[in-house]
Amino acid sequence: MKTFRQLFGSPGAAVGLLVLVIVIGGAIIAPFVAPYDWNGTGVCRRLAAPSAAHWFGCDLFGRDVFSRVLYGGRYSLAMGLSTVAISTSFGGLFGVIIAYTKGWTDRLGSRGIDIMLGFPPILLAILLIAIFGVGLLNAALAVGLASIPRFARVIRGATLSLTTLDYVEAAQAMGARHLRVVWRHLLPNLAPTIIVLATLDLGNAVLFTATLSFLGLGAQPPTPEWGTMLNAGRDYIRYAPWTMIFPGLALFLTVMAVNLVGDRLSRILDPRRRAR
Amino acid sequence: MRVRRLLRPFAGLIPTLLLTWTLVFGALQLVPGDPVELMLANSQASEQAVAATRTKLGLDRPVWLQYVTFLGHAVTGDFGNSFRTREPVTKMIGDQLPATLWLSAGGLLFGLIFGTLLGVVAGLRPDGWIDTSIMTIALAGVSMPGFWVAMLLIQIFATSLGWLPVLGSGPTALILPSISVGLFLVGGLARLVRSSLIEVLGQDYVRTARAKGLPEARVVIKHALRNAAIPPLSLLGVQFALLIGGAVVTETVFARPGIGAMLVTAVLEKDYPLVQGIAVWTTAACVLVNLLIDLLYTILDPRARLV
Repeated sequence: MKTFRQLFGSPGAAVGLLVLVIVIGGAIIAPFVAPYDWNGTGVCRRLAAPSAAHWFGCDLFGRDVFSRVLYGGRYSLAMGLSTVAISTSFGGLFGVIIAYTKGWTDRLGSRGIDIMLGFPPILLAILLIAIFGVGLLNAALAVGLASIPRFARVIRGATLSLTTLDYVEAAQAMGARHLRVVWRHLLPNLAPTIIVLATLDLGNAVLFTATLSFLGLGAQPPTPEWGTMLNAGRDYIRYAPWTMIFPGLALFLTVMAVNLVGDRLSRILDPRRRAR
Repeated sequence: MRVRRLLRPFAGLIPTLLLTWTLVFGALQLVPGDPVELMLANSQASEQAVAATRTKLGLDRPVWLQYVTFLGHAVTGDFGNSFRTREPVTKMIGDQLPATLWLSAGGLLFGLIFGTLLGVVAGLRPDGWIDTSIMTIALAGVSMPGFWVAMLLIQIFATSLGWLPVLGSGPTALILPSISVGLFLVGGLARLVRSSLIEVLGQDYVRTARAKGLPEARVVIKHALRNAAIPPLSLLGVQFALLIGGAVVTETVFARPGIGAMLVTAVLEKDYPLVQGIAVWTTAACVLVNLLIDLLYTILDPRARLV
């Protein structure tokens, strides 16, 4: 609760939380508040400019851009969250295991992480999509897998510094099973690091999956995903800039909001940064 | 002694390249579908023709032999011909490489100049209003989708104002794409330079330099900045990887030639020799850049030499 109050203490994070509430809320109640069907073609003139009836204008197929942007939040947030879930759980597990077992597993594991970190994440994700095939879920999976090394490295570092602490050694000396030491003593203390890391990465993940959709490797039309919408709007920048301005703005504001909250959260939860 | 220290990073080079290339090979082994059928997809090839092509490409040989051949090709840079254009992959990459290099160099230059500048200005007066505004801008910079920024730049500076060209090969046509690639670096770098500078300015040797009565500009430039440059520098390797991501997106939006745009097309068209070639070349470039940064790090930071 204290953390929550501290979060609101910074104007940036408060604004970020507000934006997130609006985006998430909008995505959830989209079917009730969206003025038009997201895939309803011909509800207005093709590429019509924003007006009172169509706040964000209309796209090439005469679909209401506002309704589509509203629904788009569902895809971006769901893709971002599932991506982070994959990278946090697998990266975290790998990091904890190699740091806890120490010795050659750690040496081999960290060398592997270093090598994977040298890969440009986008290249890794694109290669994975070459294997899985193009699509919304595959893109999320690819981004999630491509982010595992980054998570593994941070969690490994955090675990390593925890294992030298007295209470972990004491638990081990008392003959606690490894699983119990990890579950009862390591994980609760790793939680703040994991939360900060996941929040800071959520913005990245949303951006990354939208980028893949924009490149045509993720969500496919007519899905109202923001990256896909931007890709469709690309050819009409000159005649109908609203088809790309609004989905982009929604994407930007969502990511900015997540980053503002993540930034604040990392200051609150990370004792080293709190001092400064 | 010193030479040996400088040579040490090279020792890791071969295992690293071997592992990355093994991953690339393994990844493409997992791709569903028969490459020969993909290759002959548009022609009415007879069974004999399919078998002949398979033998020609060495796909009828055992996997380990294909792996060894692949490594040989990776070292010599020969990846056969593209499924689509039938041109040698190496030639295709070579044709597109200069465009991508120019774009990355432009983006890096833009990112370094503005990232450092903003970081230093913010770091000199932490927690003031200038610092707060710069850090908000930096956060916005990393939150903006690169492809959206690129489209906005085109809309504002090329379409509406008509100041800068979007197409063409002249240096002015490089300005907008460079900004779009570099903008992502600005945010990250500014934050890093700032925190690094704040930390260095609190050190004893800075206090000593100030106590000696040195002018503040000299303290900052000679004593603080050189030390503050080390953490951002060590992260330049990661930044380079981001630069490649930026190139993929920017080339697509600006319809510029380049490796990034070619990679996306190759994946969409299932042109696997080309995908393989680009992956091997890009990872090799990343490994080399990281190596260079390691070396630079050793030269710049005397403390790293002692370890």
